[in-house]
Amino acid sequence: MAVKNKKLNLKDKYQYLTRDMSWEPTYQKKEDIYPDERFEGIKITDWSQWEDPFRLTMDAYWKYQAEKEKKLYAIFDAFAQNNGHQNISDARYVNALKLFLSGVSPLEHAAYQGYAKVGRQFSGAGARVACQMQAIDELRHSQTQQHAMSHYNKHFNGLHDAAHMHDRVWFLSVPKSFFDDARSAGPFEFLTAISFSFEYVLTNLLFVPFMSGAAYNGDMATVTFGFSAQSDEARHMTLGLEVIKFILEQHEDNVPIVQQWIDKWFWRGFRLLSLVGMMMDYMLPNKVMSWAEAWEVYYEQNGGALFKDLERYGIRPPKYQDIANDAKNHVSHQAWATFYQYGHATNFHTWMPEKEELDWLSEKYPDTFDKYYRPRFEHWAKEHAEGRRFYNNTLPQLCQVCQIPTIFTEKDDPSMLSHRQIEHEGERYHFCSDGCCDIFKNEPEKYVQAWLPVHQIYQGNCEGGDVETVVSKYYHINIGEDNFDYVGSPDQKRWLAIKGKSSEEKTESAKQDAA
Amino acid sequence: MSVNALYDYKFEPRDKVENFHGMQLLYLYWPRHLMYCSPFAFLVQPDMTFGAFIEEVLKPAVEAHPDSARARFLDAQWQLNGEPFTPDPSATLKSSGIDHKSMLTVITPELNGIAGSAS
Amino acid sequence: MSQLVFIAFQDNDNARYLAEAIMEDNPEAELQHQPAMIRIQAEKRLVINRETMEEKLGRDWDVQEMLIDVISIGGNVDEDDDHFILQWN
Repeated sequence: MAVKNKKLNLKDKYQYLTRDMSWEPTYQKKEDIYPDERFEGIKITDWSQWEDPFRLTMDAYWKYQAEKEKKLYAIFDAFAQNNGHQNISDARYVNALKLFLSGVSPLEHAAYQGYAKVGRQFSGAGARVACQMQAIDELRHSQTQQHAMSHYNKHFNGLHDAAHMHDRVWFLSVPKSFFDDARSAGPFEFLTAISFSFEYVLTNLLFVPFMSGAAYNGDMATVTFGFSAQSDEARHMTLGLEVIKFILEQHEDNVPIVQQWIDKWFWRGFRLLSLVGMMMDYMLPNKVMSWAEAWEVYYEQNGGALFKDLERYGIRPPKYQDIANDAKNHVSHQAWATFYQYGHATNFHTWMPEKEELDWLSEKYPDTFDKYYRPRFEHWAKEHAEGRRFYNNTLPQLCQVCQIPTIFTEKDDPSMLSHRQIEHEGERYHFCSDGCCDIFKNEPEKYVQAWLPVHQIYQGNCEGGDVETVVSKYYHINIGEDNFDYVGSPDQKRWLAIKGKSSEEKTESAKQDAA
Repeated sequence: MSVNALYDYKFEPRDKVENFHGMQLLYLYWPRHLMYCSPFAFLVQPDMTFGAFIEEVLKPAVEAHPDSARARFLDAQWQLNGEPFTPDPSATLKSSGIDHKSMLTVITPELNGIAGSAS
Repeated sequence: MSQLVFIAFQDNDNARYLAEAIMEDNPEAELQHQPAMIRIQAEKRLVINRETMEEKLGRDWDVQEMLIDVISIGGNVDEDDDHFILQWN
């Protein structure tokens, strides 16, 4: 065994890995080798100032990642061998996984591609190494998530064609276009968007309280991939913060550019997280914390501490943060109401919450739920009970930027939509908010090309003019199996069979409970 | 403002009217009826009359709402792209000034949604 | 305004030693148990010392071993052979 003081210390080892395996080019110009480094206007005067926060060398990286994988797959095996899907709280929970597999896992793959690309673009070796490691991490996340959920695919509907759906299904254009927007930007904007605004500021909201919720609903496979992915995330978040500090310290001209990116990507990320809010408040049968509570801890408290730290660089908290903070009491309900009424065009089931779940929502959202949402939900439940399950048969207006239907409401009047519209070069454009409208105005050429699913259907580009053909032929959603209400679905029947009940018995006992 | 790019960054808008094969998009927002989560996106013929639009397009779309039976849409307050608008049931959409991707807002002040919740 | 740093671990055998060591070296820190995870937060600064961990475990411990069990962190990271420090300036 080596004597301890003979070993290189962490800082030295990392120095050898990053700086001393890099070199100054002699017969090619640096600008030609790294052609994307300057066009965004970011000025880097000295790459040697880059501080590597996690000084992870390649050998240590492989060692720890291998250990994580071994632990992870031991749990996947145990989960499958013991029919772990039978021990979840309720089969309604699986619908969150369907959304995750088609909405989030493909983003992990997109992140892998994004980091592999920008990892080639920086002339600083430290940034290149960090991006390359992150690219490998993201590929691992995409793969382990698919492995974990493949077990559920054997027992439940809607998980059979996630990658195909990600490219086509109307609401999945929301996460897809988010990442396409980031990946088609320059390398510094990509890192500000994904490493900083998304990973550092916002992903905790997905991977920490939601995954803790998965554990609370008996899903050991998901909580394990979630936390295993998130253990890499600790490194990624640190990279995100380092990137921002480094860019800001390099040149004062960088500050306004970075501020605009933070404003844009905070807002885009916040909109994307509406989906996660709904997963937490409506799709976890056993509740851990409400979306509003998670937002308070992970954005208001942790994000607040972060932006206070960045004040010294001249960076302020993101524009429209006040609107986002206020919206924590609305977005999950607005998103669930949207999916409920378009539940004939989703790869997962929707439903109205049961009475005790409505009571929980009333308690967690005392200022908004009873006033704006509970009457709507009780009306729908009553309609359904009388044989008229509500579906909206007209396609929705979509926001030109975030591509979410324009469902969001005004901060000062939650009974009114915060719709905005402008004309640009003779065309009309519509937005869900000032936040998205500003993003458009800053880069109109980028968003005039948006592939908006509703407009594509109307242009006849989705294999049919009626919703049924689009859903089955173009989306590959199996009608009557994957979509419609959870109540009466094949998933529900299978679940009741697992639990040794028939659906009639369940209805009987529900009647007795009610009486 | 414009996109910072490595080349001349210029693209055609994807939703120009000529891509809709003679039809056009028309959005309609009925405030205080958020049971319909967002404004509707309709595909309509520009030479359809406003009256036909109300009867054949709008009414079927809102049929499921408990307020719909009581709504007098033609007597309601209308806006076209945020400006006051007086509908003429016999005029076509085109001659009413309703162009591609326009948004109509129809306000029915006496109707406040399910149990008055603006739903 | 208070400025909290935090670290969250998977609630497993390793992490229990980590939590013990952290609470010993950061007596003002607050420890929260949530399903499948342990979250520790403190005002401005939180430190993990290699020495304390080695005492708890009764074996050599590499600071980077914490990467296996960590879920998330908040704060600027400063890491060397003997410490892992989270702080806001």
